[in-house]
Amino acid sequence: MIQMKNVSKIYTIGNEELYALNHATLTIRDGEFVAIIGPSGSGKSTLMNIIGCLDTADGGEYLLDGQAIEDYTEDELTRVRNFKIGFVFQNFNLLPKNTALENVELPLVYQGVPRKECRERAEKALIRMGLAERMDHRPSELSGGQQQRVAIARAIVTAPSLILADEPTGNLDHKTGAEILDLFHELHANGNTIVLITHDDGIARKAGRRLRILDGQVMEDTAS
Amino acid sequence: MILQSFRMAFASIAANKMRSFLTMLGIIIGIMAVVVLVSIVSSATNSVQGELESLGAETLSVTVTSSRYQPLSVGDITGLPDEYESIGYAAPTATQNATLKAGDTSTTAAVVGTTSAYADINDLSLQSGRFIKSPDVSNNSAVAVVGSDVAEDLFGRTDVTGETISVDGRSFLVVGVLADAGESLMGSENSNIIIPYTTAQRMFYISGVTSFTAAAQSSELVNTAEADLTKELMSRFKDEDAFSVMNQSTILESMDSITNTMAMMFGGIAGISLLVGGIGIMNIMLVSVAERTREIGIRKAIGAGRKRILLQFLIEALVVSTLGGLVGLGLSWLLLSILSAAMDTAYTMSAGVALLAVFFSMAIGVIFGINPANKAAKMPPIEALRTE
Repeated sequence: MIQMKNVSKIYTIGNEELYALNHATLTIRDGEFVAIIGPSGSGKSTLMNIIGCLDTADGGEYLLDGQAIEDYTEDELTRVRNFKIGFVFQNFNLLPKNTALENVELPLVYQGVPRKECRERAEKALIRMGLAERMDHRPSELSGGQQQRVAIARAIVTAPSLILADEPTGNLDHKTGAEILDLFHELHANGNTIVLITHDDGIARKAGRRLRILDGQVMEDTAS
Repeated sequence: MILQSFRMAFASIAANKMRSFLTMLGIIIGIMAVVVLVSIVSSATNSVQGELESLGAETLSVTVTSSRYQPLSVGDITGLPDEYESIGYAAPTATQNATLKAGDTSTTAAVVGTTSAYADINDLSLQSGRFIKSPDVSNNSAVAVVGSDVAEDLFGRTDVTGETISVDGRSFLVVGVLADAGESLMGSENSNIIIPYTTAQRMFYISGVTSFTAAAQSSELVNTAEADLTKELMSRFKDEDAFSVMNQSTILESMDSITNTMAMMFGGIAGISLLVGGIGIMNIMLVSVAERTREIGIRKAIGAGRKRILLQFLIEALVVSTLGGLVGLGLSWLLLSILSAAMDTAYTMSAGVALLAVFFSMAIGVIFGINPANKAAKMPPIEALRTE
């Protein structure tokens, strides 16, 4: 459950104040599949950083699962990310020197989960993503689609309240992208909350709900 | 958490084998330099200290340098222990080189003319026969006590008591053979032969006594003995330049201080190379942090806190430097063994030096690793993620 009320993020460039987010208000309920669409420079990345607790807002109120995320220290934000949010990035962001299994284990390791349990849960997540045969491969030995599956496995392994995907198909060809999107729909069908950020209307159209961001303001997108 | 960080550090080191090795090289060479140099010098210091103890700090040697005065007599010298409580023994000495012959074999050796007290002063022991006795001195007997090397040279064996040797053409009966005293910095009795003082006086045309050695009653009394001897000789010669009293331990003490200075100097030089090694670690770690900005961003995004990242990089530096220290220690041990075998001297590595080296390399890892680790920990995740 995400609740944002009048959230603002202001960058000061010289003497000019630039609103990356201008009193943005939105609510995302548990189990929803929401696409956030917007052209580049619309404040999309800033919104994602704030939803993902990578950054804090300058004004307004942000509640994640009823918990107010403001004035948090960096370490508190880190804990929130660790336990509540699963990230899927456009460029996968896997650790290149670690195997798929080690990459997926990492968030659990940071949670302090015992080693054996880490391994079991990571294996289960990878099997769920259809990578049973690729667990000991390094990212460089995997195709783009497979790397993104590893990243999704890493996102879901902690059973987060929110999966935050930033252009997850941006670096993939059309066919693989469609497969990855199917995976998100499958996760959604299993009850996960998904926020997908994209600039592609075609992808956004498949989501259950669409939010459009323009000039730092968020509105419901009803056009189909 | 610490265990996990160690596991990650090892994984990261294993993933960058070449870089880790090059980083370690500085520490390896630094530790090797320190340990090997300090071990060599401290082995030398130990041997000097051993000398100091074995020689007995209570020995004094006196030389009469001026011939303008009535010389001392043998009786003057042998009477010294009775006269002064501080003096335990005193023996005149006259040393000359002479040609020794036994059958067809000949050799050159130092001939020491002295009295029975000489054995007590220099702590000599015999492997067979007896030492010079007072009747030998009063009778000018042609008897000799030979060092083990001399016996070996002349006869090819050491049980030569009862044999006859010739010293510069005069026949001497061998009455005793000295025990092997080993080599020493101050020369060894092994290659000397000892004859009665009076016999030596006749052979080498020496009148009176120009040099003698004395031993203090105990090592605490050595300064008193030195003062007593100086007083005695002053009252006789009334000229402080006519004689010199030398305390054996002062010579060795000054040698000891030389080796100590050397140890400090070498240690200092080697310490600088260790410092350079540490700076190398910091350098590589800083490069590594910059190179792994993205990795740090990913780790932070998925839940690694500042402490985690700090610990990861710090432990990485610690592991690299400690491994380097251990490898350096192993190589030092190897080098010292090879040196010991090649130079025929025992260079030993003390446990203290080894422990200090490992501790020092760990300290270097922490000291030079903290700055890069802190830099990594402070990196904001959004910026780190944005870096390509």
